[in-house]
Amino acid sequence: MFFPISHAHVSPIYLVVVGFVIGVLGGFFGVGGSFIAGPALRLVGIDWNFAVGTDLAHIVGKSVVAAKRHRALGNVDLHLGLIMALGTIVGAEMGAQLIQMLTRAGNVNFVVSIISIVIYVTISTFMMWESWKTLARQRRFPAGANSTALARKSDHSAFEHVTKAIQRWRIPPMISLRESGVTISLWIILLVAFVGGLCSGFLGGGAGYIRMPAMVYVLGIPTHLAVGTDLFEIIISASYGTFSHAIKGNVDILIALVMNTGAAIGAQLGAISTQYFAGPKIRLLFVPLPLIGAAIVLYTMFSGHKL
Amino acid sequence: MTSRSKTEVRKTLRAFALELVVYAALVVIYFFAVLHFLGGWLVQLETHHIRVYAVVAILLIIGQAVVLESVTTGLLRLLRGGRSE
Repeated sequence: MFFPISHAHVSPIYLVVVGFVIGVLGGFFGVGGSFIAGPALRLVGIDWNFAVGTDLAHIVGKSVVAAKRHRALGNVDLHLGLIMALGTIVGAEMGAQLIQMLTRAGNVNFVVSIISIVIYVTISTFMMWESWKTLARQRRFPAGANSTALARKSDHSAFEHVTKAIQRWRIPPMISLRESGVTISLWIILLVAFVGGLCSGFLGGGAGYIRMPAMVYVLGIPTHLAVGTDLFEIIISASYGTFSHAIKGNVDILIALVMNTGAAIGAQLGAISTQYFAGPKIRLLFVPLPLIGAAIVLYTMFSGHKL
Repeated sequence: MTSRSKTEVRKTLRAFALELVVYAALVVIYFFAVLHFLGGWLVQLETHHIRVYAVVAILLIIGQAVVLESVTTGLLRLLRGGRSE
């Protein structure tokens, strides 16, 4: 099928399947799935700037579906999501400007590829260490054979001491997040959101691969709530990112619409599945995803596939 | 796994497979009916009115997501006898 906006020939079945896979992952992990979608679009010859912008548009649609489902499951902290959207939008705009700068300089593909590999590998390594350690501690000190949905949602982390130390920074104004059970400085929330936004605008996607772990490890939000809230926040920030990239000519909405048909069903499936897993297990299962993204970027770099 | 939960899983998988078939048919109709007609208009917008294109792009993707969410939830509910999860 020919997509006249990006001048690309791509199979719609490929796009629907990629959308479905990303939908499942997004609904389950609360991520946009750009670490898969960006490279998957590159793999069929779409330029990075179009891959980044189009992926953002597709993420808006997928996040609407998944966030609606998570809201029904009680996994969304609206208060936190709205605050984070502010920081994310500022960061996303800076990220998009950086992409434009690199496109003009003519080395956007190389720089984005290297930075994305470094970020993906770092996140995976850290989350593997943390979730592994947390699960090992839980095996040594089991909390009882309670398998209710509430028990599965209760969360512990081997990084908890650092999270608690961050929560003790009393930089006013302090924000009390009742749904997440956390009181924390507004500036820390905005900083986490800004960094996520910067990655979103620069590397594409909703940057859930940064924000979801940061919400758990830095802000101390339970994993299930971090997943749902991240998706809600992504709707706002990715919409802004889509607008910003679209006026720069980086969005092929027809590709995004086709991908979204697969993502809609996948996102529902992923969101429902979170009910059956505890927080540390969700985090451990998350580990291979950024590594897959890094592997695809490495492959396209070394195979010389239009990178 | 108890026989009750096995039956439950089997029912879920059957409903999901059926949903995929119905959904795939709807998606094929959608491709040909909607994208075919929208394509030319969107290219024109993207070339001549980039800001309008940006707004339309967001509205289209959100609108499609809301409709698809309703369709998938409705299908799941229908195929699983009133329950969507």
